[in-house]
Amino acid sequence: MTVAAIEATGLGKRFAGSRRRERWALRGCSFRIPAGRVCALVGPNGAGKSTLLAHAAGLLAPTEGSVRVLGAAPAEVRARLAYVAQDKPLYPQLTVGETLRMGRELNPERWDAAAAERIIEGSGPGSALDHGLRVRSLSGGQRTRVALALALGKRPELLLLDEPMADLDPLARHQLMGALMAGAAEHGTTVVISSHILAELADACDYLLLLDGGRVRLGGEVEDILNAHLLVSGAARDLDDLAPHTVVESRTAGRGRTALIRPEGPPDSAWQTDEPSLEELLLAHLRSPDVPALLTPSAELPGRDRTEVTV
Amino acid sequence: MIEYRIDRRSGVATYLQIVQQTKQALRLGLLEPGDKLPTAREVVAATAINPNTVLKAYRELEREGLAEGRRGLGTFVRGTLGRGSADSALRTELAAWADRARAGGLDKDDVTALFTSVVAERFEEHGEEHSEHSKQSKRTERIKGDDA
Repeated sequence: MTVAAIEATGLGKRFAGSRRRERWALRGCSFRIPAGRVCALVGPNGAGKSTLLAHAAGLLAPTEGSVRVLGAAPAEVRARLAYVAQDKPLYPQLTVGETLRMGRELNPERWDAAAAERIIEGSGPGSALDHGLRVRSLSGGQRTRVALALALGKRPELLLLDEPMADLDPLARHQLMGALMAGAAEHGTTVVISSHILAELADACDYLLLLDGGRVRLGGEVEDILNAHLLVSGAARDLDDLAPHTVVESRTAGRGRTALIRPEGPPDSAWQTDEPSLEELLLAHLRSPDVPALLTPSAELPGRDRTEVTV
Repeated sequence: MIEYRIDRRSGVATYLQIVQQTKQALRLGLLEPGDKLPTAREVVAATAINPNTVLKAYRELEREGLAEGRRGLGTFVRGTLGRGSADSALRTELAAWADRARAGGLDKDDVTALFTSVVAERFEEHGEEHSEHSKQSKRTERIKGDDA
């Protein structure tokens, strides 16, 4: 099996709070994201998305379990990954030009000035950022672009982006996603993007990781996850007994009933069946926290590693 | 060179939109055998969709004999789509039919609905046998569902 971009084994993180308020931000997360994928990391606020990305970037140490990135401990491969945190930390006293120079000098082997410049240029009239501007004078969205330019200029093998779109205007969003996809097409860059808005990622991502309450609920190829579910509807009496299928969610309206199932064998012929949309599927899972997690084979840890905890 | 336009609200799978737009360009003569299709990189940089989606569309075009991938060079148009028939007798007949429908008091939406329903009815069997793979037939169903 090829080296995974990210492989987490029983990963857990507990944040210390006041005595009674210790909280597990992540618990028992075991999954892998194969290299070369564009993965959407989705989940509601507080699901653990940022905590997971910070672990993959090597900026947080797990309370239990482990995470490996590009086949090594995150700290060992820092040169090959780029991470843009949600608050886009930059040096406010530097200018845009000085920030880019810093990127170049800190990454002498890999720096791709053209890739960084394209993001600074922007794509609309008047969107180009003057190299002489100080970072502190930039708007939130402009700062985001400088941070993304640094990350893309590094030409990483793994790009970890925490809510990169939140303060970008539509043109900048489109340009960013275009640049990310071009990087994935040309260099096979693995991208993991977190968001709580699925719509902005739906077309760009081929892989999905759904986090909820610090746990992995769904993981794998978007297409395989969709194909593993079926939306069935019909008269409530016909949909009374859904065994042996796994029921994610079942809703009754009058005499009719609609259920999202993971079919085990062919569905009853009396049911009307539809393929759910990704959004329907995610919402149904979020409303049903007790449904067992589903990982497709490529997202599962190889069997021998499942119980092993390596550091 | 063709530029693809992705409509995120159409309900049609993104890769199929690329397939359909390529076919449309072939029908209209905007693409001819020997023409190069844009690279996956070019398409995704402009549309911000996943590169695999473009590759999947190109594989489908290859499967239908309309395009061929040449290693290291790109994907090229190979086939044509019955442009002759679309232009000539059938088109004249359809135009005459549309005129009759209009004279009969049908408006544009009525005519489109009628046409769509006849096409759906007449091509149903054909569509079923055409999709050999289960994944493909699922996609087809989904598209039908969205049309209804």
